Amino acid sequence: MNYLPTTILALGLMALDGWAFAATTGDASRGAEAAATCASCHQSDGSGKNNEQGEAWPRLAGLNAEYIAKQLQDYQSGARENATMKSFANMLSDQQILDVARYYSEMSPTHDQGSTEASEAVLQRGQMLAERGDWSEYIVSCKSCHGPDNQGAGAVFPGIAGQHSRYIEAQLKAWQAETRKNDPQDLMGSIARRLNDEDIRAVAAWLATQPPELTAEESQP
Amino acid sequence: MKSMIAYAVLSGSLLCTTAVVASDRTEDYINALTELGFPAPEDNELVHIPPTMEDLEQSGMHPELKRVIRRGYDLFTNTQQLRGENVFNNMNCSSCHLGEGRMPFSAPVWPAAVTLPGYRGKNDHVNNLEERIAGCFTYSMNGKPPAYGSDNMVAMTAYHQWLAKGVEMYPDKPIYGRGFPAPERPEELSYANGEELFEENCSVCHGEDGQGLRVDGQTVFPAPWGDGSNNWGAGIVRLVTAAGFIKNNMPLGQPLSLTDQEAWDIAYYMSSQERPQDPRYTGDIQETLEKYGPTFHKHSLYGQTRETDGKVLGDHSNTGDKDFLKPESVHPRTFE
Repeated sequence: MNYLPTTILALGLMALDGWAFAATTGDASRGAEAAATCASCHQSDGSGKNNEQGEAWPRLAGLNAEYIAKQLQDYQSGARENATMKSFANMLSDQQILDVARYYSEMSPTHDQGSTEASEAVLQRGQMLAERGDWSEYIVSCKSCHGPDNQGAGAVFPGIAGQHSRYIEAQLKAWQAETRKNDPQDLMGSIARRLNDEDIRAVAAWLATQPPELTAEESQP
Repeated sequence: MKSMIAYAVLSGSLLCTTAVVASDRTEDYINALTELGFPAPEDNELVHIPPTMEDLEQSGMHPELKRVIRRGYDLFTNTQQLRGENVFNNMNCSSCHLGEGRMPFSAPVWPAAVTLPGYRGKNDHVNNLEERIAGCFTYSMNGKPPAYGSDNMVAMTAYHQWLAKGVEMYPDKPIYGRGFPAPERPEELSYANGEELFEENCSVCHGEDGQGLRVDGQTVFPAPWGDGSNNWGAGIVRLVTAAGFIKNNMPLGQPLSLTDQEAWDIAYYMSSQERPQDPRYTGDIQETLEKYGPTFHKHSLYGQTRETDGKVLGDHSNTGDKDFLKPESVHPRTFE
């Protein structure tokens, strides 16, 4: 008898827990249904496409779920501007955003298929910017925020290794032009504004050649 | 005689070529820094922008020396490879010495190579470059220094000396951008303001609880306090050093963007949090303070009572991830 109030309390807490859980996390299988409309550009494997004309469609497969969700929320609110994405994001409910984000985050990351032609010198400059930066211009390396091998760090700094070069270029130019500014504290914007066109081309080309995640062999301790 | 003149002319022109390249680089850096609001060098200052790793590859140095300097560079920028052996927190050398230890106003490390051996107030004796680096391992890395003369120690000193290439030993002039020059301390420091500013400006990378961020066993964002951070004996626990670091370097890519008051308030908040014990701890905080207050802790909050909860800072025996307090290599020298 003495146990009853405790049991009721425990059940109550569990129910609360369940509610909080649903509101902050997505469900990948529900996400798969909601993502049907996304696949025409982002592809059924989440690989996107490095279109040679018009907008490049970013790879979403394997990106952090919270990062994807924030971008969709930002398209809805206008914090990130893109006419196409705004209309697609507006079709999603708050829960569907979390579900779609979970769905893509659980896919195996795909690798840009080497669609960019770049000389060895350009790739070298790109590698330097990505891994070490160019402090003569106070350009800090991509890696210092985007994490080891630029494969992403937490919910805020997405993996950019293996992302399509034309997408990376377009985003860096958008930050320069301040048409994209949904980064925390202008962390990306302040660096993007110090890059010149050649830097942008170089860093995007090099990042596109890099593996988006450690291979099984490399991740062995 | 003729050939000697020819040689002198030739070496003169070679020197000129090198000097032009170096001065171009120096000019680029000074321009970038002054555009960001850093002061231009004063006439009497020694200005040195170290050579890069690309310069190393192109230099005529012995391939084996290049290999060792490369190793020093690798240890400097990924010190976590010594985790559990020499490093017992989440720091890399380059966590504090930004730009691979090359940047003015981010405690560039090359001055150590040209001013040491030198007297150091912190341990009251003459230290050489190895002992200075050992100090960083003892305090900032909460660790145990690589042995004097070991491969890793030689590689790190070689990297420091490479960065100092061309600078005279024991220069008389003051060094441009040495250390973390701090803005003047404001009259009042506010913990509450520091906390709010930290949450607004720093926590996105360094975490709400100052834990920083690690990915795949590598540090992306260092921990400003807690077991993953430097211990109470590290230079950056001095408020003036922390304020200078923050003002000159943070948020990353946006130096001098915080006001002087903001930088100091964040430093005050950060320095009011716990971290592993000072390796010089005698077992009693008051006694430790008496010994090391005059030369060091008069600038830190060690042993002081935190205003928010009455906690005495540093009054504990937690050594973080290591199972010892003081590495054996830390001892006085008398030269007798």
